[in-house]
Amino acid sequence: MNTQTDNKPIIAVRNLVKKFGSFTANDHLTFDVHKGEIFGFLGANGAGKTTAIRILCGLSAPTSGELTVAGFDVYKNADQIKKNIGYMSQKFSLYDDMTVWENIRFYAGIYRMRRKDIREKTADLLKKLDLEPVRDKLIAGLSVGWKQKLAFSIAIFHSPAIVFLDEPTGGVDPVTRRQFWEMIYEAASNGITVFVTTHYMDEAEYCDRVCIMTEGKIIAMNTPSKLKEEYDTDSMDEVFRKLARNVET
Amino acid sequence: MRTILFILQKEFIQIFRNKTMLPLIFALPVVQLVVLVNAATFELKNVDIAIVDYDNTSTSRQLISHFDASPFFNVAMVPSTDHGMTALLDNSADVILTIPADFDRELRRENAGSVQFLVNAIDGMAAGLINVYASSIVQGFHQEIITGWFDIASGGSGLPVQITHRFWYNPNLIYSIYMLPGILVILVTVIGMFLTAINIVREKEMGTIEQINVTPVKKYQFIAGKLFPFMVIALFEFAFGLLIGRLFFNLPILGSLWLLFLVAFVFLLVALGLGLFLSVISSTQQQVMFTIFFFLLMFILMSGIFTPVESMPQWAQNINIINPFVYFMKANRMILLKGSGFMDVLNDLAALSVYAFIALGFAVWRYRKTV
Repeated sequence: MNTQTDNKPIIAVRNLVKKFGSFTANDHLTFDVHKGEIFGFLGANGAGKTTAIRILCGLSAPTSGELTVAGFDVYKNADQIKKNIGYMSQKFSLYDDMTVWENIRFYAGIYRMRRKDIREKTADLLKKLDLEPVRDKLIAGLSVGWKQKLAFSIAIFHSPAIVFLDEPTGGVDPVTRRQFWEMIYEAASNGITVFVTTHYMDEAEYCDRVCIMTEGKIIAMNTPSKLKEEYDTDSMDEVFRKLARNVET
Repeated sequence: MRTILFILQKEFIQIFRNKTMLPLIFALPVVQLVVLVNAATFELKNVDIAIVDYDNTSTSRQLISHFDASPFFNVAMVPSTDHGMTALLDNSADVILTIPADFDRELRRENAGSVQFLVNAIDGMAAGLINVYASSIVQGFHQEIITGWFDIASGGSGLPVQITHRFWYNPNLIYSIYMLPGILVILVTVIGMFLTAINIVREKEMGTIEQINVTPVKKYQFIAGKLFPFMVIALFEFAFGLLIGRLFFNLPILGSLWLLFLVAFVFLLVALGLGLFLSVISSTQQQVMFTIFFFLLMFILMSGIFTPVESMPQWAQNINIINPFVYFMKANRMILLKGSGFMDVLNDLAALSVYAFIALGFAVWRYRKTV
């Protein structure tokens, strides 16, 4: 597991607030993510995880707060940020009516990779994923698991500094989830910072550090082992349950 | 530029992989042009005329024979005006001609007879035309009998003013060559505008647009990537339509094809720009279809395709200043049928250019990568 920390955080968030009318989706979030970390954003549905990740990716504008991503200010340098990040949304978003190769070429192309590099890297990727036989098959014909692995591979194809994964393992079987996390580790070992949201507590164990959210607020943030120690239990599931109880009372 | 090329490559792959696309591009114009151009006509044919002849002389029969000989009228004799009214009511007659009992006598005695037309004027336009056609037949008949009776053929005409006319630019008054350029305008707009608009909204519905929005793709690159393929298709469609017009309708193409395509290009910038604008502010295909439908219907019916813009009320003409169809409809017909040159259509071209600038500007401006 990669726990190296730089002095300067690669994502720095101070007092992030996002309001939709009178509803506060993110309530003064403050946290840092360090280079090479696998940082997990945990919480039930509606806790504000997706809102936060969309703001960090520049898809949604924050109401207030200071944010830097990959060293760039979210307000001023959104385009610079976009060059340095990858994103995989919870909604599957490759083009169904294009082949595996066409999808890879398109996304790599709009990240301004060179055609030669795209070809070479695609060959490596398809070989690694065992997807060579379906290179020229439409995405529509792939299984959900393969689609997800491919979407992740494409999200990191242009070697971004950070990849944001919004509930990447929703709706896939445990075996595929396991394989998916292996891919995440590999990306992290290549120096890519991984920011992942999930509501599967077992996946929290795979993260270097987790941040637990309820109702738009951060209620705990630490490494999984420290959290388990603190709440005197041996599973993250239990940690979450105890935390949720604290909030209610 | 390279980014745009990658976007274009993707768009063309998707467009031509879509199985409904090729039939749409090739079958639609053929069917629409052949059916609509032949159907949408104001030429009157087969007007049912019920004739009541109370006079029953050789003169009145001569008048009736004139109607019989006309290709526009189907003559049916009825015994009385009341019978004629019944026929008018059940739509078996469009017009009743009543020849009074003393028609022949008065004509001989005073050189002035009178007949009556009762025209079904539910469709005012058709009624007007029926009236004009029928009157001209009566006039022809009048000329013929006075020439015969008073033998003044050598001395000149029986009527004091002789009008001679020639129809310019469409000498045979063939309605189809007037309609075809108009229908063609609608055709290319509908195809270009709907395809562009639906394309973007579909990306929204699929969620793929979000994936694009997290990339460094610039707004103008995205819009250009969406605009260009459908521009190519629409211009191809325009050329294809002209070819069909040439082959099947003998459409004259008197002006410069370059100029024609220049005007078409600028007009399509407007149409597709509007389609893009409406699609970036809509979130579902339904929304965008209904909004486009609303605008298209307004714009098309006010464009002068059927009814001349000049005869619309002033307020309607004022609205038409912002109707891009008016300019293209006019310029298109002028270049094709009259052979008008660049300077003749300069005003229309300038108006369309301004419009294109605004429509595309709005589309780029309203397209938000961050919401």
